[in-house]
Amino acid sequence: MMNTNRPQMWRRDFLKTCAQKLSLIAGSIVAVGGMKAMAGEENDKYNPSEHNYAMAIDIHKCIGCGRCVEACKKENNVPLDGAHFRTWVERYIIPEDGETYVDSPNGGMNGFPELKSDKNVLRTFFVPKLCNHCEDPPCVQVCPVGATYISPDGVVLVDSEYCVGCRYCIQACPYGARYLHPEKLVAEKCTFCYHRITKGLLPACVEVCPTGARIFGDLKKTSSPLRRFFHFMDISVLKPWMNTKPKVYYGSIDGEVK
Amino acid sequence: MVEPVLQSLLADGGGITGFVFPNEYELHWGLLIVVYPYLTGLVAGAFILASLERVFNVKALQPIYRLALLTALSFMIIAPLPLLAHLGRPERALEMFLTPHTSSAMAMFGFVYAWYLAVVLLLEIWFDYRRDIVQWSKEKKGLARILYLILTLGVSDISEKAVKFDHKIGRIITVIGIPSAFLLHGYVGFIFGSIKANPWWSSVLMPIVFLFSAIVSGIALVILVYMVTTLFRWKKLNMACLDKLADLLLYAVIVDFSLELLDFVHRLYESEESINILSEMISSRLFMSLIISQIIIGTLIPALSIVMARTRRVNAEMRRILYFIAALLIQVGIFSTRWNVVIGGQLFSKSLRGLTVYKLDLMGPEGLLMAIALLVMPFIVLFILTKVLPPWPEGEENDTPADEADRAKDTLSPVRTS
Repeated sequence: MMNTNRPQMWRRDFLKTCAQKLSLIAGSIVAVGGMKAMAGEENDKYNPSEHNYAMAIDIHKCIGCGRCVEACKKENNVPLDGAHFRTWVERYIIPEDGETYVDSPNGGMNGFPELKSDKNVLRTFFVPKLCNHCEDPPCVQVCPVGATYISPDGVVLVDSEYCVGCRYCIQACPYGARYLHPEKLVAEKCTFCYHRITKGLLPACVEVCPTGARIFGDLKKTSSPLRRFFHFMDISVLKPWMNTKPKVYYGSIDGEVK
Repeated sequence: MVEPVLQSLLADGGGITGFVFPNEYELHWGLLIVVYPYLTGLVAGAFILASLERVFNVKALQPIYRLALLTALSFMIIAPLPLLAHLGRPERALEMFLTPHTSSAMAMFGFVYAWYLAVVLLLEIWFDYRRDIVQWSKEKKGLARILYLILTLGVSDISEKAVKFDHKIGRIITVIGIPSAFLLHGYVGFIFGSIKANPWWSSVLMPIVFLFSAIVSGIALVILVYMVTTLFRWKKLNMACLDKLADLLLYAVIVDFSLELLDFVHRLYESEESINILSEMISSRLFMSLIISQIIIGTLIPALSIVMARTRRVNAEMRRILYFIAALLIQVGIFSTRWNVVIGGQLFSKSLRGLTVYKLDLMGPEGLLMAIALLVMPFIVLFILTKVLPPWPEGEENDTPADEADRAKDTLSPVRTS
């Protein structure tokens, strides 16, 4: 009997230890996976084609403080002079009669001076501007070397290692959104802070806006704040007749804005 | 290099009126981009003129056929230099050839240029000179002999049959060359005309206007080069040829001016949203360069002087003076045309609410001195080319000093003294 029982005992012990070891391994795999997830390493799998970024601007909320302009310049090392901007704010003053007055001193970065005029003002508002990240961008079409392109997540970018500095794209942009970097001598523009958004952060201008006038989101996500904006606002884009299909959407914008 | 200009703009507004987008304070295409279409226009114009003799058998133009071809080649060699000097990163210029972006009008530059230079100009000139080159390679001595031997490309057959073949090929190349010349400059016009963001440029007429202005400038240039070179070689000008050139110049000016007028009237009549700012620009910023320089000095006065020379009983000496002045003024006019297109297209804001100014640097890679150097260089190239490949017609009469003295008694000639 002893002899016949022994193999059975051995088999049971073997199975038991195997089960223990297996559960340990399985447990540790789950645990490591969990820790990885907690550490946010799933961002390694950022898949650009799952996104299509866009921005909305609520004209009524913009107070013209210019913090977005400053934040953008700092975040993206934009020259601090008054002639290079990735984003800027325009002020529109519509008098009771006569021509609309528009200004943007230093891109609105330091706010706006009080306007002393004897004319009665009918209404006035601020308009933040930036690259429209068009779906059909003329700048991309004309670039002779293909240094500017649409990324799979819908952002128009410039490869500064490849740009030859011919400035054809600057001429082709209907919105004045591009400039030539005075030292690098290549074309530059708003990237929606691509280095931030691909990490799940907001563009700098959106981050610092004190009134929430800039809304950033993903057109492919139903949970995007853009959906709510589109639902409640009258939406239009700049120079729609250019057929560039901009992806910066303005809520309740005035026809005076071009 | 741009900084001081920008600073002055930013400091006092620098003459900016109304509202311009902040990124538009700086003008991006300056004097060098004015020089570029001016040079290519001269190439296309000179070639089209040369091809008239070859394809359409305009015998009167025979004396300037080779000169026109060499002029086209000299300007073609220099034409890409202003573009190169203008690039922010000229060391990456070759990317346009190596990795062209096919949807870009500008990326086609490399191909259009290479085709025109290599296939059309060089081949045509080689076939035309081949017999002479072979002869020179036998007659000359020393280095010149080696140079001509290289230029023969190893082909020394100048039998009647071979020369006949040369002529046949030359004619075929010219036939291909005419549409190529149209392509070359029409294409430069397209680079501007296809920019929908810019209402001053965006016009389907742009390539055609560029083309005809190119023909105008090319003919005028050949007249100038022919007159000056003949003067310095103490030869007699072939008046039949010169009269023919003047006729052609007049026709081209009329077509060119009509097209420009059509464009102008069309804009005015359509009166699109840009019309206010464009009118303001023409009456202020562009008044001198468009109304005075391009239209009055550069078009109407030369056209009238040619009409006068051709319709009144004017003696040869007076005709020469009138032609020379007309051709010179036309160069001023066409340069202004290029200026008005390139600079004019950037003086108004795309917000259509304001005008900016262009401040020209004197020094620097995009300055005035550079532009002057680029405009002089083709003539230096031409001088060298005429030494290597003399384009002078056979059987020219000498213009002896005695003739000169006689003529000086009759009429005072600015042609001779200038």
